[in-house]
Amino acid sequence: MPKITNRTSSFAIRSYIAVLSARFRTLLQYRAAAFAGFGTQLFWGLIRVMIFEAFYRSSTAPQPMTADEVITYIWLGQAFLVLIPYQGADPDVRAMVRSGNVVYELVRPTNLYFFWYSRAIAQRTAPGVFRALPMFITASLFFNLQMPPSFSATCAWLVSMLFAVLISAAITNLLSISLLWTISGEGLGVLLGSLTWLFSGIIIPLLFFPDWAQTAINILPFRYLMDIPFRFYLGHISPEQIWYHLPFQIAYLIALITAGHLILTRGIRRLVAQGG
Amino acid sequence: MPHIIVENLVKTFQIAQRQPGVWGALRGVMHRNYRQITALDGISFTIEPGELIGYIGPNGAGKSTTVKVLSGILVPDTGRCEILGRVPWKERIAHVAQIGVVFGQRTQLWWDLPVIESFDLLRDIYRVDHHQYAQTRDEMIAILDLESLLDIPVRQLSLGQRMRCDLAAALLHRPSILFLDEPTIGLDVVSKLAVRDFIKRLNQERDVTVILTTHDMDDIEALCTRVMVIGQGQILSDGPLENLRARVTTERRLIVDLEEIEDITDPDASVVLRDGHRVHLTFDPDRIATADLIARITAQHPVRDLFVENTPIEEIISRLYAENH
Amino acid sequence: MTNALRLYMHYLSQSIRSQMQYRVSFIMLSFGHFLTTGIEFLAIASLFARFKHIQGWTLPEVAFLYGLINISFAFADAASRGFDIFGTMVKSGDFDRLLLRPRSTALQLAGHELTLRRVGRLLQGLAVFAWASYTLDISWSAPKIYLVLIAIFGGACLFIGLMVIQATIAFWTTESLELMNTMTYGGVETAQYPLPIYRTWFRKFFTYIVPLACVNYLPALAILERGDPLGFPIALQWCAPLICVIFLIIALQIWKIGVRYYRSTGS
Repeated sequence: MPKITNRTSSFAIRSYIAVLSARFRTLLQYRAAAFAGFGTQLFWGLIRVMIFEAFYRSSTAPQPMTADEVITYIWLGQAFLVLIPYQGADPDVRAMVRSGNVVYELVRPTNLYFFWYSRAIAQRTAPGVFRALPMFITASLFFNLQMPPSFSATCAWLVSMLFAVLISAAITNLLSISLLWTISGEGLGVLLGSLTWLFSGIIIPLLFFPDWAQTAINILPFRYLMDIPFRFYLGHISPEQIWYHLPFQIAYLIALITAGHLILTRGIRRLVAQGG
Repeated sequence: MPHIIVENLVKTFQIAQRQPGVWGALRGVMHRNYRQITALDGISFTIEPGELIGYIGPNGAGKSTTVKVLSGILVPDTGRCEILGRVPWKERIAHVAQIGVVFGQRTQLWWDLPVIESFDLLRDIYRVDHHQYAQTRDEMIAILDLESLLDIPVRQLSLGQRMRCDLAAALLHRPSILFLDEPTIGLDVVSKLAVRDFIKRLNQERDVTVILTTHDMDDIEALCTRVMVIGQGQILSDGPLENLRARVTTERRLIVDLEEIEDITDPDASVVLRDGHRVHLTFDPDRIATADLIARITAQHPVRDLFVENTPIEEIISRLYAENH
Repeated sequence: MTNALRLYMHYLSQSIRSQMQYRVSFIMLSFGHFLTTGIEFLAIASLFARFKHIQGWTLPEVAFLYGLINISFAFADAASRGFDIFGTMVKSGDFDRLLLRPRSTALQLAGHELTLRRVGRLLQGLAVFAWASYTLDISWSAPKIYLVLIAIFGGACLFIGLMVIQATIAFWTTESLELMNTMTYGGVETAQYPLPIYRTWFRKFFTYIVPLACVNYLPALAILERGDPLGFPIALQWCAPLICVIFLIIALQIWKIGVRYYRSTGS
């Protein structure tokens, strides 16, 4: 775990706020894009809901989740889609690497990892207001998104969501950093992209995968992006279980940050050796 | 019969205005203000075959809008335009087959392809007859000295090399009119001279009509027989470079290198710049003959060297704009 | 026409050569596409392991639908890269260059790039399709082979048409393009399951407005020799894919309107 100096953390927070407000402004300016994004996610949610409804109509066999639970789960997935780092790296970092301007980042009087990390968090949280909230409200009014069963379930959900954001940003940052190696960076992006897509729960709730696959799913960190938080929300996992899952979330977060930090140090060394 | 006839071209654009800051962006969600911009405000001129014209003006004056209308990309609001007997925006395909366009900051070549393959692709795009294509291509390769570049992917060329290839590419279909937009921008001195030399030859030997927009006044001085100045959508001046000069100012500049550092005072000339041994004076040749002024100064001061210059063209242009504001 | 076709071929061969310069990245990205689409099928298979069937359709039958639509989409996706990146082309002004050439803009955009790495999706679609055909033991006859071919062709026309429309919208705004993904990627997702499972308004949208059913559900009924609970005429099952060719022609007409608008505003 890298050391965070005072100066670094205040710089990171300032840059977080700067990026956050820039993202807000962009999102506001492109109002049509915000509507389009909302419409798109609504559409995807509807397709998935209809498919699951049809499956539940076709079979009476006992399933790992009830139809109502699955529907809520799907809408939560649409509302918090931004937690999946599916666009890969931070687009600004990507542009910097392409143009070679990334060398100027080395001049900054700060820990580069946390500077980029704060940007990644901003990237993951800014759309929250314009995508998550409207989707959440619309789905609960019209599409059967249900509320959490208890106050403690809500609390457990919120705590695990907080760490979902931090883990998601750490993965994004890892992808940004890997771009310092052009080709392998792209490859890692594709690979990690597929893995998160499948094992976060966005395609289907993870419990629907075959039982033999569950062990692998439980080992990977991706379920903490969606599946575990959502099941806290549903009350599908009892709220006390947060004390079991929280240490795992923290451990994954530390592991991802440490890995990112190590790779970044190597990447910088490589960049400097090449002379930019 | 003129190559290009332009009468009273008008083009306006609508631009959505955005307010600054988060609050402004929020208000922008509610309603948006539009501002109308008149890019061309009644432009007229004619261009004869074989002319080499400099078209200059500051950014946003309407230069690129004019080029876009003349090359058939953009449809104007009102006005007439006929090029080689055609209305560019009505018969786009027939029109663009007759013209060549080079943008200094962009390339029309394919980034990942070797130069020669880009040429071959252009042959098929322009439907150039194979025999004629081979002939033109070989001529261009010889004149622009491209032989060693042909097998290199465009992305690996230097800016100067790329510009030479782009010039060749724009001429493969033997257009009779060539539009050049900042062809020397960013080039090193050697490439700049090569490009200028090529444009001059093209114009003189092949009679290609050339319309050149540029910020580089040396291009204009070196090449253009006629200069059109545009400002705020209107043609401010049109004619030979000397006329433009005469219209704005007849002033000349005398630059003297003295043996010792000292002051020069003269009733008919004023000092504009002093730089060590060198002194810049301006004078009006109508008030005092150049020879007389030189005689007077050399008599009073020990002079190592001296020379007379016209007022720099940049200064002329900026005065022209000042007049028109 | 033949001249245009020759130029298109020339474009394609150059595009392939350019991409071959980045061989490692090509192999990696194709593999990535293969993996991503493969993973989606894994999810579908998992659901069938739990539910056994979806309104009477078994996994191999759904795999048939899945393979068919993914093959079409892979072709369309590879061929319409120019339209896909059109928004950025308008923003950067690169579209002007196409207007400066004596060819139709649609032809030049179509020739922009043939994206080879989409071969990943194609291979995956073919693999699933082959598995489905083998498992279902389809008795292949000449008419059925013809129907599969025109279904793939019609599907490609439909998706290219959608991408042309998406590009046309970019003349007005580059902001709302994401919404068109609901019809392209969303269409692929939708067509992976049989049409009757969806709600009526949704079915009607993907039959009459975006004729997706014509290249997937309807021809699949004929090939799998299944009854149709929605009661479309049998004859339609055999010629429906051609409707999508008309769809593409209409899309290209709309494109022309967009170009006209661009040339009068020059945004």
